[in-house]
Amino acid sequence: MRQSWWKIIAIALLLYTLAAGLLMDAPRLPILNETIRALHFHVTMWFGMILMLVAAVYYSIKYLRTNDILCDDLAIEFTNAAILFGVLGITTGMLWAKFTWGDYWSGDPKQNASAIGLLMYFAYLILRNSLTDTQQRARIGAIYNIFAFAAFIPLIFVLPRLTDSLHPGNGGNPGFNAYDLDSNLRMIFYPAIIGWTLLGTWIATLRVRARRIERTLEDRFLNS
Amino acid sequence: MLKEISVLIQKELRLEWRQKYALNGILLYVVSAVFITYLSVGAKSGNLSINSWNALYWIIILFSAVNAVAKSFIQEHQGRQLYYYMIASPEAIILSKMIYNTGLTLVLALLGYAVFSVILGNPVQDQGLFLLNLILGSIGFSASLTMVSGIASKAGNNATLMAILSFPVIIPILLMAIRISKNALDGLDWSVSTDKLLALAAINAIVAVTGYILFPYLWRS
Repeated sequence: MRQSWWKIIAIALLLYTLAAGLLMDAPRLPILNETIRALHFHVTMWFGMILMLVAAVYYSIKYLRTNDILCDDLAIEFTNAAILFGVLGITTGMLWAKFTWGDYWSGDPKQNASAIGLLMYFAYLILRNSLTDTQQRARIGAIYNIFAFAAFIPLIFVLPRLTDSLHPGNGGNPGFNAYDLDSNLRMIFYPAIIGWTLLGTWIATLRVRARRIERTLEDRFLNS
Repeated sequence: MLKEISVLIQKELRLEWRQKYALNGILLYVVSAVFITYLSVGAKSGNLSINSWNALYWIIILFSAVNAVAKSFIQEHQGRQLYYYMIASPEAIILSKMIYNTGLTLVLALLGYAVFSVILGNPVQDQGLFLLNLILGSIGFSASLTMVSGIASKAGNNATLMAILSFPVIIPILLMAIRISKNALDGLDWSVSTDKLLALAAINAIVAVTGYILFPYLWRS
């Protein structure tokens, strides 16, 4: 965890994303035009969020199996980082929507689903704060985290596909395969996903370490 | 296992029958809620648009179901829970509660439907699809709400917590149910709703199975 090579990769990838994402040629598509660059800064947020939620679920399951409080630290901090990405994703999405669809909120199924997903994880934070006992908080938090993820998956992957969405790639709008004509976008998009996810992981691990230091200090204070 | 579940369901029924006030209370809740809606929208029978009818109906069922299922763990004292813990397996307990709550939610939904039909008119054109959808919706509501009420009961039986934890989890189920119900109201062909029915059943299965797997961990704490 303290190794630095992946942090260097994260910084390098993000610098590349920023530079290339803003400067390189983007395909000219009707309506989308230059806003297609949001692909590297908005769409990647959702990928990062989902990957980090998967990590949170993994550590929640691990906590339930081992009762190791360190796993709970990882679960909550990965969820926190995922929520940060979710909030950023929804804000960048709203800005983008203002310029392409004309409104910050157009009731698009994907917009609604992501807002509901965030509500779910805010509820998770409130549930955790309502419990005082550390072990109980960790256990019940882990249970709700897994349960919420199970409801989150159909919410974002199944429901939006059953109705027409305004998003590119849905309901006859030009999709990812249309960008494919210009493989430049993919060359930035995939590294961007990895870069943002690594950054999120970095934030999460920093906060986990802060938690551990806090706990050690507390124990030392109690023992002295 | 099956015998255990049936005994536990019988226990739930008997408890409910002994404390009739809880059951009657929730039934009255549905009737009053429908009546308040009727007065608030100021619509005479048949005046309400199909979309509003559908939305109002499902919102009332949602709130009634949350209130009805919330008590499934809260109602029982710590001591009695400890007793169940010793004599029954957690899997049997969660399954029996889910089955019982499905029945309860279905009764509420049917009662709500009856009262709606009487005072707000009955625009449903395809009764079979509507009822099938009610059954699937009740299963989904009860599967998710039973699990959430178990979680909320560990966190001090807070009613706010029950609402905020359950609403986002239940929204996928609610949305599917509302869409199928709209098709039933419009009397569309079943083939239009097949994929939605399957999606609803699949979401129910996911939620129920996750609850079934996770409940033993919750029960032990």
